[in-house]
Amino acid sequence: MTNNNNGKTEYWRWLEYRKSMPNMNWKDAKIVTAGVDVGSVGSKAVIMLDGEIYAWSVMRTGSNSSDSANKALGWAMEGTGLTLKDFQYIVGTGYGRVNVPMANRAITEIACHAKGANYIWGPTVRTVLDVGGQDVKAIRCDETGKVVSFLMNDKCAAGTGRGMEVIADLLQIPIEDVGKVSLSVTEEPEPVSSTCVVFAKSEAVGLLRKGWTKEKVLAAYLRAMATRMSELIEKVGCEKDFVITGGQSKNIGLVHRVENILGIKRLPVPNLDESGRDPASAGAIGAALFAKALYEKSQNVRG
Amino acid sequence: MMISAGIDMGTQRVKVAIIKDKQIIAQSQNFSGFEPAKVAEQTLKEALESAKLSREDIEHITATGAGVNMASFADSTISMMGADAKAGAYYFPSARTIMDVGAEDARAVKCDENGVMMDFVVNARCAAGAGTFIEAMARALEVEMNDMGSLSLNAERASPINASCVIFAESDVVSLIHREEPKSEIARAIFDAMAERVSSMVNRLGVTPDVVLIGGVAKDVGFVASLKRRLGIDILIPEEPIYAGAVGAALVAAKRAKRRH
Amino acid sequence: MRAFITYYGYTDGSGEYYIVIDAEKCNSCGDCIKVCPEGALVMEAMFIDLEDKMVAAVTEEQRKKIRYTCSSCKPEEGNVPCVVACSQNAIACIWKPKK
Repeated sequence: MTNNNNGKTEYWRWLEYRKSMPNMNWKDAKIVTAGVDVGSVGSKAVIMLDGEIYAWSVMRTGSNSSDSANKALGWAMEGTGLTLKDFQYIVGTGYGRVNVPMANRAITEIACHAKGANYIWGPTVRTVLDVGGQDVKAIRCDETGKVVSFLMNDKCAAGTGRGMEVIADLLQIPIEDVGKVSLSVTEEPEPVSSTCVVFAKSEAVGLLRKGWTKEKVLAAYLRAMATRMSELIEKVGCEKDFVITGGQSKNIGLVHRVENILGIKRLPVPNLDESGRDPASAGAIGAALFAKALYEKSQNVRG
Repeated sequence: MMISAGIDMGTQRVKVAIIKDKQIIAQSQNFSGFEPAKVAEQTLKEALESAKLSREDIEHITATGAGVNMASFADSTISMMGADAKAGAYYFPSARTIMDVGAEDARAVKCDENGVMMDFVVNARCAAGAGTFIEAMARALEVEMNDMGSLSLNAERASPINASCVIFAESDVVSLIHREEPKSEIARAIFDAMAERVSSMVNRLGVTPDVVLIGGVAKDVGFVASLKRRLGIDILIPEEPIYAGAVGAALVAAKRAKRRH
Repeated sequence: MRAFITYYGYTDGSGEYYIVIDAEKCNSCGDCIKVCPEGALVMEAMFIDLEDKMVAAVTEEQRKKIRYTCSSCKPEEGNVPCVVACSQNAIACIWKPKK
C-alpha cells in the first residue's frame, strides 16, 4: 500500500526490494551469471556467483520491457561494483523475455520456474504453483527441475494477483494484509460463485450491501480463488512436494485455503536473508542457473 | 382482444413489454439493482400505466432472463433462447439466425420460419464476451458509453490491447492513454474483439440469413460496424433491440393465454 | 516415462478449453499443422535438456481465444482434426464448457 501523488491511497501497490549476500565477493567467482525475469507486473533480476545467489531485486514492470529489465538488473548490481561485461552469460525470461537487451538468450518462464523451484526447495519438489500478477502457472517437474507438464493461464484475471488487487482496492484493504485479514473470519463463508473478476466484484458489492463484513467478503473471494488454483493444479496432477511461488506466495489467506482444498501442505518459505532463496524470484533464479549451464556447455563445446 | 405481457429479468435491467393482438403497446425498463423482485413489480406497473391498463387486463405474463425466478407474479416462464427466437421472427419474419448480446451474456439462436428454436449457443460467465466489456472500457477511456461507438468509427486501425479479459484490458487501456494512443483506435480494438467472439459463436451454428441482432448492445453502432465487417453480411436490427427478450416472452404469453380460452 | 506436456488454452468463467501437446512425443512431422482449419498450430522451439527442440504448439495469438478459434472443429463431439492427425498420440483436447 502506498500513497500516490494525489494523496489517494492505492491499496493494491506492493513494495519493491533489493538484497545482496554480504559475505560473498564476485571477484572470487569463476562464473558470474544473471537471470532477468520480466513479468507482466513485476521484474526480477538475480545475480549468481558459480550458481549461488549473490544479489537480487524485485521491481514493478514499467510500460517498456527493456527499460524494466535494465532497471531490475541495474538495481541488483547496485553497490557491487559489477558491470555488464563481468557477466559470462545472462538469460532473459518471463512475459517480456524477448525484450531483455543484455541477455544472451531467452528461455520460457515455465522452464525457469521449475528450475528455480528445484534450487529453492531441493530435488523433492514435484509440483509448483506460481501465482503471478497476470497469470497462474501449475507445473509438474522431476527431481532435476525439468518440466514434465504444465499449464499456464494468462487469459483471465481470475485467480491472479491482478484480480486480488481489484478486490483489495474494492474492499480498501492493503494488499499486504489481505491474507491475514481474510483469516480473521470465525467461520469460512461459501466462496463467491463468479469466476470472472468483473462479476465477482459485483457479487462482492452485493454481499457488502447484504451486511457481510469486509473480512467475510474477502474470505469468500479467496476461497473461490483457491478453488480455482486447486482445479488448475489437479489438471497437471498434484504430487508431493508441493510449493508455491510468485507474488501471491506471500498471501497466507490464499496459501492456507489452497492447502486446505488440496489436502497437502506446501514446503515452507526458506529464510531469505540467509540464502536469497526468494520464491518471488524463482523464474529469475532458474534463468540464472540456465545461464550458468549454457555457459559451461559452450565452454565444453569450445574446449 | 387479447393482451399479454412479457418480462425480461436481465442481469443489468428489467424490461417489460405489453402486447395487444400482436402489437406492442407499451415497453418500459429499469435497472435491476439489488432488489430485482421489487424492480420487476415497479417496471410492470410503469408499463401498465403507459398503456392505460390495469393488472387485470393482462391475461398472461411470461417471464424470461437470468433472474427469471425473481418475477414471482409471472404465470409462466420461457428460456432466453426461446424468447429470442420468437422475438427475432416477430420483428423480421425472414430471420433464421438471431444473435442476442446483453450486459452479461451473448447468445446465438437458429430458428425456423415460425420462430421455433432449432439450435443455440451461449456465452456467459466471462465479462469479456458481453456488454459489460464495452461499459468497463468506456469508463477506462473516460468517454460516455453511448459515444464510444461513433468514436470507434473514426479509427482506421485498432490498438493492440489484451482483450481476453476485461480486467487486463482496463490496465492496457490506461497505459495506451498514457502513451497518447488515439481513443478511437482503442475503442475500435474493443469492438473488434467483441465482434470476433460473437461471430465465432454464431459461425458454429452456421450463419443462415437473415441475421438479426437483438439485446442492449445491438444499439451500439461501433459494435454493429465491427460485427458486419467480421461476418461480411448485412444484419437486421429492430428499433428497440433491448426489449426483444420481453417482446418474445409476451408473444409466448399470448399463445399460452389463447390455449386456455 | 519422459514427458513434457503443455496445456494450451485456459479455464475461465465459461468453462475449460485446452489443446494438450506432449513435446517429448512430438516428432516434429507437422501433420497437425496441415489439418488445422484455423492455422492455430505452428512449430515452436521448446527448451528441453539445454537444447531447443522444434515441436508443435498453439500460436501465441490463439492461446487466449482458443474457445472461439477451436469451436469450428466442434471439440465437444470428439474427432478433433489435429488430435486425429497425430500419429504419435502427442495431442489431446480437453473441452468442458459450463452449461
